[in-house]
Amino acid sequence: MSKYECPCDYVYDPAEGDYDNGIEAGTAFEDLPDGWVCPLCGAEKEFFEKLD
Amino acid sequence: MFKPVEIAPGIYSVGCRDWDIRDFHGYSTYEGTSYNAFLILDEKNVLIDTVKKEFSQELLDNISKIIDPADIDVVISNHTEMDHSGALTAVMERIGKDKTVLCSKMGLKNLNSHFPGKLNLRAVENGEELDLGERTLAFMETKMLHWPDSMFTYVKEDKILFSSDAFGQHYAGDCAFDDEIGDKVMDHAAKYYANILLNYSSRVQTLLKSVQESGLEINMICPDHGVIFRDNPGAIIEKYDQWSKQGCKKKAVIIFDTMWKSTATMAREVAKGIESRDVHVRLMNTRKCHRSDIMTEVLDAKALVVGSPTLNNGIFPVVADVMTYIKGLKPQNRMAAAFGSYGWSGESVKILNREFEAMKMDVIHEGLKVQYVPDGADLEKCFLMGRDIADKIIQAC
Repeated sequence: MSKYECPCDYVYDPAEGDYDNGIEAGTAFEDLPDGWVCPLCGAEKEFFEKLD
Repeated sequence: MFKPVEIAPGIYSVGCRDWDIRDFHGYSTYEGTSYNAFLILDEKNVLIDTVKKEFSQELLDNISKIIDPADIDVVISNHTEMDHSGALTAVMERIGKDKTVLCSKMGLKNLNSHFPGKLNLRAVENGEELDLGERTLAFMETKMLHWPDSMFTYVKEDKILFSSDAFGQHYAGDCAFDDEIGDKVMDHAAKYYANILLNYSSRVQTLLKSVQESGLEINMICPDHGVIFRDNPGAIIEKYDQWSKQGCKKKAVIIFDTMWKSTATMAREVAKGIESRDVHVRLMNTRKCHRSDIMTEVLDAKALVVGSPTLNNGIFPVVADVMTYIKGLKPQNRMAAAFGSYGWSGESVKILNREFEAMKMDVIHEGLKVQYVPDGADLEKCFLMGRDIADKIIQAC
């Protein structure tokens, strides 16, 4: 599972998930709910870029 | 200011006051603002931040009253936004184009986007230190307070925090320090928090906790706008803790617009109902009150009560403006209710309720619609709606 980076520099790491917003560790970026936004700046998923 | 102010031995405030500005990207600035920049004299001389582009010469003149700008060794950019970076290229021309501009990792990216190839940038790590000779600077990454590039610079020996936009206030005035301006500073700081930082409240909480846990001592806070907190820096930290927790006050803000005074009449009755329970209420007509002043009142209000007539099957444009603005600033833990008059179709209440839900507000009343002109029975319903809202506020606070 790949990490994804927000333009604000936040990196979504599937291994960590987003505990504060109810996303369990092990959740792939692709499986994040549509309403999920960057926990740092509020950007929607479409602005994220896949990291190698 | 047209002269530097020595804020600690060898440390000067050299920024500029913008007396004329009344609209700061959509934020009303009735008392102007200042763009603060700071000069530290040591074995290495340092300039922290610059000012808006049109004040470049004024900044250089201020610096020149202390040292030759060419004697500055390093420039620090705590924040990329142009009210602090606009003068960078002009200043570097005078200081020496090859000299280093230190910034955060995102600052490097963002400053390069603003001034491609024009600056000799170097990104510092979070916690990195810079030895100036007598003093040591430490850099603290403060991402999204309020831009990705934001950082603080701390002078370890003097315990002075250069906090970029955090703790700022849009105030030009004639004071440089908190003890000179008095309590009024908190009104300006509250407005700044409500309009610039409210949506990053969880970041503010994280920052305050990390400052507390690290035992960082702060003798003075120097923001990039407004006065410096030298007398009581703890007071503004306490306020930031309070504002960022978004705790409630027994207060409702009624935000409304009106076409033929029907919605205004409803608003007054709702206000009477709220007041009848000893809950504070503010009536704010969106065409009389600036959106940034409305936001300031929203800062500590438990409930938002929004009134709009239905116009062309929608809500009033100015109400939509304010709703968009509030939505972006993401107030949390709020109650909301809607009302409004209409002619033939009455969509406004439904639209407002949908907006409240999108803003994750607790919609505490189904809403109240009145056709054309409220009669006695309608006004009674408005009063009862207000009383009901007040009761729910009291229960929650």
